[in-house]
Amino acid sequence: MNLLKINSISKKFGVLQALNEVNISIKKNTFHGLIGPNGSGKSTLLKTIAGAHYADSGEIIFKNSNITNNSPELRSQKGLNLKFQITAILPQLTVYDNLLLALQTNHSIWELISSKSKYLYYEKIIEVLENFKLIKKVDTLAGELSHGLQQWLEIAMVVVKKPELLLLDEPTAGMSPQERQVTGELLVPLKSYCSLIIVEHDLDFIKDICDYITVLDQGKVLETGSIEKIRTSKKVQEVYTTRV
Amino acid sequence: MRKFFTNIDIINNKNFKVIPLIEILFLMFLIVIPLLVNDFLTIIFTRMLILSIFALSFDLCWGYAGILTFGQSLFFGIAGYVTALFANKLGFVQLWGVFLIGISIGFLSSFLVAWFLLLGKKTPQLIFIALGTLTTAYAAERLVSGWYWVGGGNGLSIFEFLKFGNYELEPGVSFYYLATFFLIVVYLLCKYLVKSQFGLVLAGIRQNENRLSYLGYKVQIYKAIVFCFSGSLAGLAGALYAHHEGFIGPGNMGIVASTYAVLYGLFGGVGTLIGPVLGVFFIEGIKFKLSDIDALKSYWPILLGIILLLVVVYKPSGLLGFIINDKERFGKFGVINIKSLKKFKNKITFKRLS
Repeated sequence: MNLLKINSISKKFGVLQALNEVNISIKKNTFHGLIGPNGSGKSTLLKTIAGAHYADSGEIIFKNSNITNNSPELRSQKGLNLKFQITAILPQLTVYDNLLLALQTNHSIWELISSKSKYLYYEKIIEVLENFKLIKKVDTLAGELSHGLQQWLEIAMVVVKKPELLLLDEPTAGMSPQERQVTGELLVPLKSYCSLIIVEHDLDFIKDICDYITVLDQGKVLETGSIEKIRTSKKVQEVYTTRV
Repeated sequence: MRKFFTNIDIINNKNFKVIPLIEILFLMFLIVIPLLVNDFLTIIFTRMLILSIFALSFDLCWGYAGILTFGQSLFFGIAGYVTALFANKLGFVQLWGVFLIGISIGFLSSFLVAWFLLLGKKTPQLIFIALGTLTTAYAAERLVSGWYWVGGGNGLSIFEFLKFGNYELEPGVSFYYLATFFLIVVYLLCKYLVKSQFGLVLAGIRQNENRLSYLGYKVQIYKAIVFCFSGSLAGLAGALYAHHEGFIGPGNMGIVASTYAVLYGLFGGVGTLIGPVLGVFFIEGIKFKLSDIDALKSYWPILLGIILLLVVVYKPSGLLGFIINDKERFGKFGVINIKSLKKFKNKITFKRLS
């Protein structure tokens, strides 16, 4: 069953056609990689799904509801969360508070003012911090973490909400090979309850954790399908041997 | 100076908080002042207390919600004008009424501005809000300057004293303690708000409002709530100010007055609440002292400007930045203190934290 269906999405920035009639379907509980040369429209597509950009034409259907014109916060409330390419954590808050902030989005303003959510999520946060190997940094300001740990914290912030669709924009950028491997190990268990769309330049990483891959080139879908299909695709080979 | 303070063992202690100590010392200072100074100085200190409420309203916006507003004087001035009109046209000078007028006029006028500037589909940029509030304050100042019914360029004078029942609150000791009472209540309210989980959301908005949007928070709503609350506080300050000074004029609602709110905050240290209050006492104190020295009578604004410039450029975290660290400034919101957790949740296993 399709969790997300993107129908003929186009997006133009000035004269640049960033996305051109893109069609993609994402099934429930699958990991989907988005690859392609620089400027192929991967991040634009991810941001259009998340609501950072609004599509010029086409529609985005998430859980059978049209979210094309929904704001980012509404999309997030519906279960669609984005991890930014450049780490977007709250540097002056502790690691614990970053996660607390991610969890209390559904509380009313009055509940927040009366601090009713203060004690609700302790166990959940500790559990996620343990899973993401951040437990020893629970009381550290997020801005004082290493780059790799900041990336994990941001992933933890979007994962802790148990989203149904997670959008990760280059989650391993700037990480060491060891950290990349651990990031993959952190993401795999998420398949039990959520789907993933990952934009990543590290093809080995994509190959290791994704079920399907879509290759974008110049704003168009060049090929989409299983890893084997992409690996043997002549069109993909041509793009990657001539232009990457 | 930093070296001096970090050499004090108690400040190096991880659990020691400097701000509560400053708050207690300052409260004691406020209580004893009228006993130590003459009536004239008591009136000057009362003005500082009222301006402290005004400064707190700015700190809530900029220091906590990241809204750079140059419009606080607008809410201050409108509330001042309305209370002056009530006093002059209707003879209404009861304290409860002045309080309600100040709060509600401040709220309504800030709500109107928030409606235009903050409640769009997307969160507006910092510069848009800064210029929007700046021009609104300027336009309001020009409007009242040319409006005869509200006194034009001369402003409005209030000839009756503020009343609590039949008791007249003349500027002096009684008005001083009234202003102290209001400042303490406002301060505690602000403190409660910024330390609550709502305050955590504000801290998030201030640092990365994009992240907050993508986590599911409707950032504009949170900003508008803080803006309107701070507008109400500025309105309260304006109403009290008009009655204390017996006058409200175009200068109280223009750009210069708004800029003072910004300076109080930057000088004392924004995002701390107590910082802007200290900023008021320092700036108004220096202003009063310098303007009293014959040789400096013509030059004190230049001297004051240099002092402010030095602090703002070399210590952006303000005077409090010398004695508090970032962790205390930004604070903690969640519970990771086992003792306090035990009080609320017995089921939790604490092994994991050790």
